[in-house]
Amino acid sequence: MKAKAIFSKIIKNQIMIPLVALLILALFNLIVDPSFFKISMGLNSLGNPVLSGYLITILDCGSELAILAIGMTLVTAASGGQDISVGASIAIAGSVMLRMLCGRNGSRELLVPIFVAFIVALIVAMAFGAFNGVLVASFKIQPMIATLILFTAGRSIAAWINNNELPIVYDESYAVFGGFIPGIPIPTPAFIAVICFIITALVLKFTSLGLFVQSVGINEKSARVNGLNPEAIKILTFVILGACVAVCALIKTSRLMTINYSVIAKDIEMDAILAVALGGNALSGGKFNITASILGAYVIQALTTTLYKFQVPSAALSAYKAIVVILLVVFSSDTVRGWISKNLKFGAKKEVKNV
Amino acid sequence: MRENAVLEMKGIYKEFPGVKALQNVDFFLNKGEIHALMGENGAGKSTLIKVLTGVYAKDKGDIFLAGHEKAVAIHSPQDAQKLGISTVYQEITLCPNLTVAENMYIGRGDNVLQNWKKMNEDAGKLLTELDIPAKPTQQLGTCSIAVQQMVAIARAVDMDCSVLILDEPTSSLDEQEVAKLFKLMRDLKAKGVGIIFVTHFLDQVYEVCDKITVLRDGQLVGEYEIENLPRVQLVSKMLGKDFDDMSDIKSENKKYEAQGEKDHLYEASGLASVAANPFDFYINKGEVNGFTGLLGSGRSESVRAIFGADRVIGGEVKKNGKTVKIKKPIDAMKNGIAYLPEDRKIDGIVADLSVRENIILALQVLKGFFKPISKAESLKFADEFIKLLEIKTASTETPIGSLSGGNQQKVILARWLLTHPDYLILDEPTRGIDVGTKVEIQKLVLKLASEGTAVTFISSETDEMLRTCSRLVVMRDGHVVGELKDDELTQSKIMSTIAGGEKNEG
Amino acid sequence: MFKKLSDKIKGLSDTNLLLFITIVVFFVMYLCAIIFMGKGFTKPQNFFNILNDKAALIILSCGLSLVMITGSIDISVGGITGLVTMCCAVYLDYKGGNVFVSMLIAIAIGLAFGLFQGYLIAYLDIQPFIVTLAGMFFARGMTTIVHTNPFNVENPAFVALKEARINVPLMGTYNKRGEYVPAYVEIGVIVAILVVIVLFAILKWTRLGRAFYAVGGNKQSALMLGINVKRTKFIAHVICGLLSGIGGYVYFLHVGSGAVTHASGAEMNAIASSIIGGTMLTGGVGNIIGTFFGVLSLSTIQNIVSSAGLDKAWWTGITVAAMLCIFLVVQSVVMSRKKKNSK
Repeated sequence: MKAKAIFSKIIKNQIMIPLVALLILALFNLIVDPSFFKISMGLNSLGNPVLSGYLITILDCGSELAILAIGMTLVTAASGGQDISVGASIAIAGSVMLRMLCGRNGSRELLVPIFVAFIVALIVAMAFGAFNGVLVASFKIQPMIATLILFTAGRSIAAWINNNELPIVYDESYAVFGGFIPGIPIPTPAFIAVICFIITALVLKFTSLGLFVQSVGINEKSARVNGLNPEAIKILTFVILGACVAVCALIKTSRLMTINYSVIAKDIEMDAILAVALGGNALSGGKFNITASILGAYVIQALTTTLYKFQVPSAALSAYKAIVVILLVVFSSDTVRGWISKNLKFGAKKEVKNV
Repeated sequence: MRENAVLEMKGIYKEFPGVKALQNVDFFLNKGEIHALMGENGAGKSTLIKVLTGVYAKDKGDIFLAGHEKAVAIHSPQDAQKLGISTVYQEITLCPNLTVAENMYIGRGDNVLQNWKKMNEDAGKLLTELDIPAKPTQQLGTCSIAVQQMVAIARAVDMDCSVLILDEPTSSLDEQEVAKLFKLMRDLKAKGVGIIFVTHFLDQVYEVCDKITVLRDGQLVGEYEIENLPRVQLVSKMLGKDFDDMSDIKSENKKYEAQGEKDHLYEASGLASVAANPFDFYINKGEVNGFTGLLGSGRSESVRAIFGADRVIGGEVKKNGKTVKIKKPIDAMKNGIAYLPEDRKIDGIVADLSVRENIILALQVLKGFFKPISKAESLKFADEFIKLLEIKTASTETPIGSLSGGNQQKVILARWLLTHPDYLILDEPTRGIDVGTKVEIQKLVLKLASEGTAVTFISSETDEMLRTCSRLVVMRDGHVVGELKDDELTQSKIMSTIAGGEKNEG
Repeated sequence: MFKKLSDKIKGLSDTNLLLFITIVVFFVMYLCAIIFMGKGFTKPQNFFNILNDKAALIILSCGLSLVMITGSIDISVGGITGLVTMCCAVYLDYKGGNVFVSMLIAIAIGLAFGLFQGYLIAYLDIQPFIVTLAGMFFARGMTTIVHTNPFNVENPAFVALKEARINVPLMGTYNKRGEYVPAYVEIGVIVAILVVIVLFAILKWTRLGRAFYAVGGNKQSALMLGINVKRTKFIAHVICGLLSGIGGYVYFLHVGSGAVTHASGAEMNAIASSIIGGTMLTGGVGNIIGTFFGVLSLSTIQNIVSSAGLDKAWWTGITVAAMLCIFLVVQSVVMSRKKKNSK
């Protein structure tokens, strides 16, 4: 009986959704081609020992998505909507960073330390986050629509910052963030992601962010009567997402050592939202679970990597992703779940009768 | 079916996860009868109504209607409407973005096209007939809540129904409107319509009803003729115990002795918010005072202004003799003021959060963003108050939304008690709550006062106010029109002050 | 006089108030364009060109507005348009198909999306954003799977249809040589106007139309009022899907080619048009005429920007966004002030 209770508790846990999805993906790969799980050690072009393999790719490329998922979860929880401008914001932050590093004339040397450039980009990204936040919180515009503004303008603004030129960073030290730290075979983005997770965990533990965000998301009026300032909290979540965006911009531009305004972080907003949904968080806001969202992000990356492995062209990727997403949401929907459990129950009853 | 019956529900069962909401409940309704459905919160009245109207699917049981030989199947509100069952719900269930006329006629009939001109004319006629102050083409959202409720009633009445269900329709109506409604109910009764009337107001039951069916804990207690069931017995049937503690509870508590405090605990002059007109007010330590007046008289708006729940636009506030600024709820909370809001669902509960989180919310806000209450500590608080207030919940982690109304109210009360306020404002703490809990809350108020907490208490039920308050501020049309103390605290005196017979006083 | 006007505005329902703002803004903007940008905008043909360009967008936005009125959303409209265009192009050019059948294909694709998405959203209660996001992904992905390289359709019957011009009487102008140049619209415009009229009539005069508003205004209440909420939502999505199919074909008729990049970002333009046209994403408020003017406003702004010499690519994006921003803020302020007044 007790075991059953524990089992049902596990089943009901939000983390189950992405976990099961991950398991299914893993199982699928195991059956079709076990080499998916092979990890090999090699030397990269700089002569550093690096790990490679599909799992490493997931860990590496999933980092940006996982970091974004943190901010997106908070925004979703507090305002009951999603920020669709994250991709465009990454372009802006990346553009600002390169403008700081390379200057107007495309200097081959770094004009300012990377740290300074990052801080400036961070501030800019957070400011744009605040802009979204103010539209949503103070002007009561639905988040998706409010962020549609920056979504439409963001890449244009990014191009405008660098006068539509594509600055190239020549200094190898910049490549570390999207590549490898010399001597360490695990890709740096994974470390950055872990650092972000730890910071998030600490913030949730040592502040009341979780309780306040959920209160605002579930019942804004009640939150106000209880002395909270819902506007401030909503704006705060958007600013936090802005910070996540800046970190992603650092990784993305470091991977390329340059920027392409129209392509960088394209469609990442959709993936980030999917990560939140896959994590079992209601997109209409309220209760949230960041761990589940992060797992969701890696599920999406795993799916992407799996599809790449089967030589699906990148443009057609989305069709397959869509099918997976639809299957997932259909089977996690209350109606279908209820139907399944009802039928299973009836089945069980019949068995009892036969005995 | 019985002769003369319009509706028979037999052996109805309905179970929700963890709750047996209805167990083998029977209900009979005759032609031309006003039948009260009574019971505490959580007794199963609403569930029974919702089964009858097709909102919930019943697990077991049969529903028979006059004119149908077999049991009828009701799967949706539409089915119910087609079978001649029309309903007015407790919460307003109209669409605020449509016009009054559209709200009265939408979802009825099968025509694809609608004759809009005729519809507006019909609606206009009906509105004048029922004396409802609204235009057919007006957007419903711009009407007052009471008018919206009247429109809902007009809609239900206009449908050719054999069964009319009124689920607490009077909670947002003032006396005149209630009188209007009762007249309407009697007219319909004369036409042979069977009316099911759900309400918490005992007076109203005895004014219009013919029969009473009492439910308790999802089970049928019995069906009674109104003459054969005196009030005291009705209440004891609802509670399931003999009823004796509704007597004067005020005298049981000793009064708080003021010890040489010169200043009032709280004093406001010319306080005004976007919703409340300027008013003066004070309260002392250990005092229970009340705001009274008809619905819409501004009593809730006034206490909201004290707490800063609406935007404060003027006035001077003193707390313990010192001038303080209270513009937002957080200012009030920092000054030791707590406010239990009138509308529990909108301003009170955070539905998806657990009982524990709901209890610590205000204290956490007061402590600030960077000093979270640890889980162990919050569990301690929650357990303490669940025991103290006898909150019925499966565990501390149950979402508050799944609790019954009375228990939700207790959780909100616990939330504010946890902040240890020296001035507690309770706006309709007993609305929609069963009688037993009402008495508990009244007792608690007096106990707090005896310990030195100042309490402002608002209730629609005058006798409740009389039992608890030692001073009443009377309001009419947004202004304070009088203040009653000591010997003046009688039902008739309050009524005459509210009605404005003695304007010179106060 | 002014007070009378302001009283009248206060008395308007939410839908009509927003519609009023939209139409006023469009005319003011077009007037400004004429005053500051000069001759180009005075020619009727300039206006008709906007219609020709945006006929497909009008149809898409109408479908989207309908869905938004019921409180749902469909972001797959652009993707469906792209897919329809590609499928029809491939069918006509490579398979040597029949124009009439290609129309059926377009409608079938749109309907299929509408039915499927509508079922998931209405009957399985899955969040519309997720369902249609997947729908968009799927449509975009399928488009590349069908064909990748851009190509022009040279099917003669189709080209004839594409080149068909309908002259608008009395709107022609004389060119420098004094020859009469008739003003014209393409077939797509006629389709778009028909769609606008039909949808407007449905929303305004049928019970179903009112049901859309009721469901968007308050789902729970609508249910209690005896409206079949699920079916209403389902129908809205099916109509939206169908219109995406038709809009896709109109788009195809305008561009006459197949390419993966076709109609990219159309969903965002459609959403923007609906919003500018006074549809609220929260549901229950909106008007098809408003949507029509929303599309016109959006494209007028784009025209102004490009003719103002701000031809650098990024200016279009930034100005459209700025306009959307202003519009949203104005709407939000107006609505909240109105709410305060009524209290």
